[in-house]
Amino acid sequence: MDLTPTPSQTAGPYLHLGCTRLHSVPCIAGPQAKGQHLRLVCRVLDGEGNPLNDAMIEIWQADAEGRYQHSDDPQSGNCDPHCGGFGRMPTDEQGRCTFETIKPGRVPEANGLQAPHLNVSVFARGILQRLATRIYFEGDPANGECPILALVPEERRCTLLARPDPNHAGEWHFDIRLCGNDETVFFDV
Amino acid sequence: MLKVMPYRRHEASSQPPSLYPPYRSTVQRAPRQPLILLPHTLSEVTGPVYGHNDMAPTDNDLTRQHAGEPLGERIIVTGRVLDDGGRPVRNTLIEIWQANAAGRYFHQKDDHPAPLDPNFTGAGRVLTDAEGRYQFTTIKPGAYPWRNHPNAWRPAHIHFSLFGTAFVTRLVTQMYFPGDPLFAYDPIFQSISDERARQRLISKFDLETTRPDWALGYQFDIVLRGREATPFET
Repeated sequence: MDLTPTPSQTAGPYLHLGCTRLHSVPCIAGPQAKGQHLRLVCRVLDGEGNPLNDAMIEIWQADAEGRYQHSDDPQSGNCDPHCGGFGRMPTDEQGRCTFETIKPGRVPEANGLQAPHLNVSVFARGILQRLATRIYFEGDPANGECPILALVPEERRCTLLARPDPNHAGEWHFDIRLCGNDETVFFDV
Repeated sequence: MLKVMPYRRHEASSQPPSLYPPYRSTVQRAPRQPLILLPHTLSEVTGPVYGHNDMAPTDNDLTRQHAGEPLGERIIVTGRVLDDGGRPVRNTLIEIWQANAAGRYFHQKDDHPAPLDPNFTGAGRVLTDAEGRYQFTTIKPGAYPWRNHPNAWRPAHIHFSLFGTAFVTRLVTQMYFPGDPLFAYDPIFQSISDERARQRLISKFDLETTRPDWALGYQFDIVLRGREATPFET
């Protein structure tokens, strides 16, 4: 049998039917989860700055101690049961979706610890293969020593930063620009 | 030292590019900067174990989700989910969605003037078994027009969404039916440049799966990325 991986295709404009109509996940970490709670507001924009009202965002993240709820993480046995780590939401007419979560801890890597980050997938009509990016937190002192962030050209790192909303405590905003000015950094995972 | 065993990378020709101008929606939605190669860390080799707790008995039979039977050609779609080393991907969630037999989606934004079917929603989910097998019963979806270019029609297809074992194995794709005359005209299908890669998206008619006096059977195997052979010290 041919064991080359199956090609990706776009999720199309009706992805809600299979993915989010009954099975969206707005809460990544519940109210009892340990750590700094936050509301994460993501927005997806196209190359002309228009919001995508037909995208889906998925988030995968560690708990407040940097542990993933997954058997491949040697620390998963101690993982916070109130932090499932997974969320997914469709974008609304303004291109936005909101997650309830906590700021993750630092996840180990070959040369030290990564800065707190969320792993993000974007699906939509016009996206032939899932786009993968990361959300870091503006102002976190660990950003300067994150070995993954260091792989990103310095002038583009700002596209990976969520920023706190000055008017709403605990709310963070992250814009995903698919192309054009200030195009978000996407990763080959 | 923590050992992270990375996943194998895709060969570029086996996947569609981000930008494929004949598929017009890619033009404003495809990144133009090169992707940055991300070494696999715990963030990439872990992933959500999702969907296991809320399966309903009719989730994998799209013909039994309403009071009556949907119109159209009843089909059984089955196959295995394997990694690229041939190992079964067990107990992983597959989500599907599709148009009805007339080529209309149960979706408020689908305005194709074909009838909705009150007995067909067109969404299902199933977990793979210990051998990586799955099976759905559904209705063969119809072709439908779209506005990509004049007289544009999508070949009949079923959308598939799979999680696999890690963040990097996530796959959303489409399954097609053998011999569809629309393949040559469909920029979504043609976005994959390699002919052999495109063939991987076409299900095969399968007489063994076909149930006498009931439904035609189609086989669709899915291959997700697997691990590199050697663990890396990280």
